[in-house]
Amino acid sequence: MKNKKKKAKVNKNKIILSVLLLFFTFCFIVLFKGLNNSNIYLPPIKTEKILKNFNSKELYSENKISSDQIFVDSEFYAINIWSSWCVPCRKEHPKLMELSKNKSLKLIGLNYKDNPKNAKRFINEFGNPYFMIITDKNGIISIDLGAIGVPETFIINKDKKIIKRILGGLNERLLKEINLILK
Amino acid sequence: MKLSIFFLFIVIIFNFTGLNSAENNDEIKNKISKNIRCLICQGQSVYDSQSDFAISIKLIIERKLNEGLNENEIYDFLKNQYGQWISYDPEFNKKTFILWISPILLFLIGGAIIARKLIIQKL
Repeated sequence: MKNKKKKAKVNKNKIILSVLLLFFTFCFIVLFKGLNNSNIYLPPIKTEKILKNFNSKELYSENKISSDQIFVDSEFYAINIWSSWCVPCRKEHPKLMELSKNKSLKLIGLNYKDNPKNAKRFINEFGNPYFMIITDKNGIISIDLGAIGVPETFIINKDKKIIKRILGGLNERLLKEINLILK
Repeated sequence: MKLSIFFLFIVIIFNFTGLNSAENNDEIKNKISKNIRCLICQGQSVYDSQSDFAISIKLIIERKLNEGLNENEIYDFLKNQYGQWISYDPEFNKKTFILWISPILLFLIGGAIIARKLIIQKL
């Protein structure tokens, strides 16, 4: 009788131990896998999002311009947020020059929190890929777009829908992806 | 004389209420920016951060307040713009139900275990 009770207790202990072990290995695996995950948050990209109207100033002429005047006659548009103080923007600039050769797309530069003098110097130095450059002095337009920082590129179709969003600088692979969309 | 003092009082009171409302607006702005995550910083709220992104968000909050939007409308606007992650207060939905339910579940299970033990001890 006593032996039976003892056996039952040993069995119970074994079960508890194995359950605990399983639990800890489970936790270990989950956390270990999490170590490799990127901890940079990317906001969900809403493709159905339609561009809001905004008002801005042109960089060179300093004329006021509304979004209705910008999005008129092209099949596709790209808004590229850039700044002269942003280092990755310098890196992606040759890719923008390449992109600007695509005739079905109008490339619009949104100059983010920049000094106009520096922005113009930047363009003089690296070339101007943009159809038009508008300024975003306090970052409000970028936030309306849903942007986080510089550089960032939005591909917009003629219905003013955002169809692609690229965080960070353009590279060869992204350029190919964009060209696939434009075809 | 009394009448003029009375009017003076009214003027002063109205002045102070005006001041008070401005202060309130600032307070709401701070409260909102403390509840909004700075997306490009690590572990900082918009209130804490001096990044370009946070500065712009603060400006947007101020503008929306001036436009007459209330606190919840501003949260909704930012969530719509940047997704759930921007808010420090997660909603109850399909993705977050484990987060909300698990503490209650753990509490209930723990309570059940303790209750069982007590009952066994009494027996």
